Amino acid sequence: MSSHGIKDRVAIIGMGCTPFREHWDKGADDLMVDAAKETFSSAGLDKDQIDAYWFGTAQSAMSGVPMASALKLQNKPVSRVENFCATGSEALRQACYAVASGAFDTAMALGVEKVKDSGYQGLNAFPIPNDGTSRTLTAAAMFSLVLPAYAEKYGVDPDELRRTVARIASKNHHNGSLNPRAMYRREMDVDAICKMAAVAGQLSVMDCAGVADGSAAAIVCRAEDAERYTDKPLYVKALSFVAGNGSGLIDSTYDYTTFRECEAAANDAYQQAGITDPLHELAMAEVHDCFTPTELVLMEDLGFAKRGEAWRDVNAGVFDLGGELPVNCDGGLKSFGHPVGASGLRMIFEAWLQLRGEAPAERAISTADRGLALTHNLGGYPGEMVSFVGIFGNRLG
Amino acid sequence: MRGIISGAAYVPYWRLQRARIAEFHGGRAQGARSVASYDEDTTTMAVEAARLALASVAPSAPGDHPGDAIGSLTFATSTPTYAEKTNATIAHAALRLPRTCGAFDTGGALRSGIGSLLGALRGAEPASLVLSADIRTGPANSPDEANGGDAGAALIVGDDTSGPVIAEYLGGASITAEYLDRWRGPGETRVKAWEDRFGESRALDLGMEAWIAALDDTGVGAAPGLDGTKRQESVEEVLITGPRPKANTGLAKKLARAAGVDLTATVGNAGTADAALQLVAALETAEPGKVIALISLADGADVAIFRTTDAIADWNPARTVEDQIAAGNDSLPYAKFLSWRGTLVPNPPNRPEPARASGAAAGRSSDWKFGLVGSVDRGTGAVHMPPARVGFDSGTIDDMDPLPMADARGTVATFTVDRLAYSPSPPVIFAVVDFDPVGEAERGGRLPVEICDATPDQLAVGTRVEMTFRRLNTADGIANYFWKARPVR
Repeated sequence: MSSHGIKDRVAIIGMGCTPFREHWDKGADDLMVDAAKETFSSAGLDKDQIDAYWFGTAQSAMSGVPMASALKLQNKPVSRVENFCATGSEALRQACYAVASGAFDTAMALGVEKVKDSGYQGLNAFPIPNDGTSRTLTAAAMFSLVLPAYAEKYGVDPDELRRTVARIASKNHHNGSLNPRAMYRREMDVDAICKMAAVAGQLSVMDCAGVADGSAAAIVCRAEDAERYTDKPLYVKALSFVAGNGSGLIDSTYDYTTFRECEAAANDAYQQAGITDPLHELAMAEVHDCFTPTELVLMEDLGFAKRGEAWRDVNAGVFDLGGELPVNCDGGLKSFGHPVGASGLRMIFEAWLQLRGEAPAERAISTADRGLALTHNLGGYPGEMVSFVGIFGNRLG
Repeated sequence: MRGIISGAAYVPYWRLQRARIAEFHGGRAQGARSVASYDEDTTTMAVEAARLALASVAPSAPGDHPGDAIGSLTFATSTPTYAEKTNATIAHAALRLPRTCGAFDTGGALRSGIGSLLGALRGAEPASLVLSADIRTGPANSPDEANGGDAGAALIVGDDTSGPVIAEYLGGASITAEYLDRWRGPGETRVKAWEDRFGESRALDLGMEAWIAALDDTGVGAAPGLDGTKRQESVEEVLITGPRPKANTGLAKKLARAAGVDLTATVGNAGTADAALQLVAALETAEPGKVIALISLADGADVAIFRTTDAIADWNPARTVEDQIAAGNDSLPYAKFLSWRGTLVPNPPNRPEPARASGAAAGRSSDWKFGLVGSVDRGTGAVHMPPARVGFDSGTIDDMDPLPMADARGTVATFTVDRLAYSPSPPVIFAVVDFDPVGEAERGGRLPVEICDATPDQLAVGTRVEMTFRRLNTADGIANYFWKARPVR
């Protein structure tokens, strides 16, 4: 992949994020206004000073009009973007490129999802007319295919592996319990998670991301202009995106113990950012823990652990809040909740807080001086997914 | 010579022990009936029977599909999935028959099963495929519920120019007389009936009349002493079908022989498909030179008389009725049976119901959706399911050949049980299946696909599976057909 990247050419100068909740009393409009208001205030800019808008939502709206309407934007370009569960990251990516190109001085990326108006539990895909032969399995079931494959390939006892991924849920619940914006703030211990009834393969509901409404946003500008707006900008080091071609579904060499799209996006991002030892160079990572086995495999795909060894590192606490590389220190999708279009920006919001020293003391990471954060956002299923990897830093160079 | 070239029946995997019905409603009962699974209908069962019938015919040349010779297809059922729209065209697509092969429904009444068979036997089409299937339900605790059986049957009828005839059609007779015996409106489940004695005695009288007319037509004699003639050849086996059990046994007694194959304790009366089912079961065990009479007593009487030929010794049925009876699973609870038939309606999961399949999209992908035809990359041999225009490992554009996968077997690479997904009968069992290479191909292929006719404990990594044509769901009245995998048994 020959992506040149835009390292240090664009900076994030303001961010906002609503609490992720079952917001029965707020519509998508309200959530957008809440996130945008906090973000404008964070950057010290008003809506007219933003030149262009990118609006990420998977299924809560179509076109740029709903965002322009909610914020009453005057003659602004608004692009609605969608890329499965990586929609929020995609909005930011497009806004960054627009600023880097010189077309605009400032741009906002905002993601929102109003999931809880559907009347159904879980996430439900918007049906596109088709021939009726596509799979109708839940995402939980698709990701549940990972555990038996991983256990078999690496000779891990299935019960021990089940406890390992429960430990991931438990860690993320612990982190979320320290975060007032998170949806679930209750600690969950490993035994309790393992005792719950399976809903898909070995997974119980406590292995699944929380389904929440919410919105998050960022304002970006050219890096050289950043200090006009804030003395603590976050510089964009890498933005990488891979849309899988679905070959994992039909290629019998694919073994469900890796997400090829994520590995490719990570390698590209590390190359853009000049990172060679992510476990020790990164201060933190926010990864797409839609289901607990996803986070396990990502530790390997993102290069934080050797192949077949992530389960040991998880058990050793390497990715705990006080570990070598804190992962999902805001609670992750598991505990913070997953409003599809907003999640990618929510991840960056945690990097924004931690690398600027603004995270509350109880979950402030000790590795912050490394100055680099990774966010990873995927959408789709094993064998057929999109993957975003972004790297952000609190200093140039 | 004209007659039967091949045939097969499809008996679904599930059985309901009649004792399960009696436990609930009282009384005593013996034996079991076959039950179409929730994802089967008469069309899918007819397709499965036809696949077996075609598989039992040796292709005329390597690489040929035995269906290439079929010039006409008829499908008879009293329980069609569609009215107005032809169901036989779905079978035609699933069986990958030639575009020039007509496909017609002959459904509605029980008599259409024997009627379409006689039509083919008396016609001139070099090879035609005669399909029949029925789902016999009836209200809870009805005789139809207990004594009915769900099945499909397929007979390839034609001249010996199309393939070796295993049972020559010697002739037969039909007697028609209008009388009100059993009736139900389209879409209704409950069959109403006039007094039993009336229907039974009419059927018996008409049966004898047809029997004598058929003997006259064929010149074959009845058993010695019965018809006063001393014809050299006599009918050795009589197969009697009809909705009145007492009329069937009564006629068998009058003809001084037992009805040939008794499937009442293992399958039940398969309605429209029963005549072909019985004939197939008889042929599967018949020696050459055996004279068999097939008699249907439904709204009149029909008789067809066959003599098996020397070719039957070389006929190798792909899967016999006996094998399918032996492979069944009779652990089906009565409540599950009732829910599959819609009598008992369980609370659905709080998930959106499936959207209707697009008619236009389904039409474009007909070879894939109905025929399970994938594609193979000419350069790399990579198999693509669904078929693709661009090779996933070669990147080459438009360099593929179609690759029929319906008859391929595969192995479960990994699987899961989904207790959240919408299903007419949860949970969904889903597996990633790696197929064996097909024909001369070097590489197999992979398809993540739903598993049917199995419980989660029957699945493991390494389980061998085969493909079966099923109805995934129904939305807006549109039956969504596609393929699933089932364990090889």
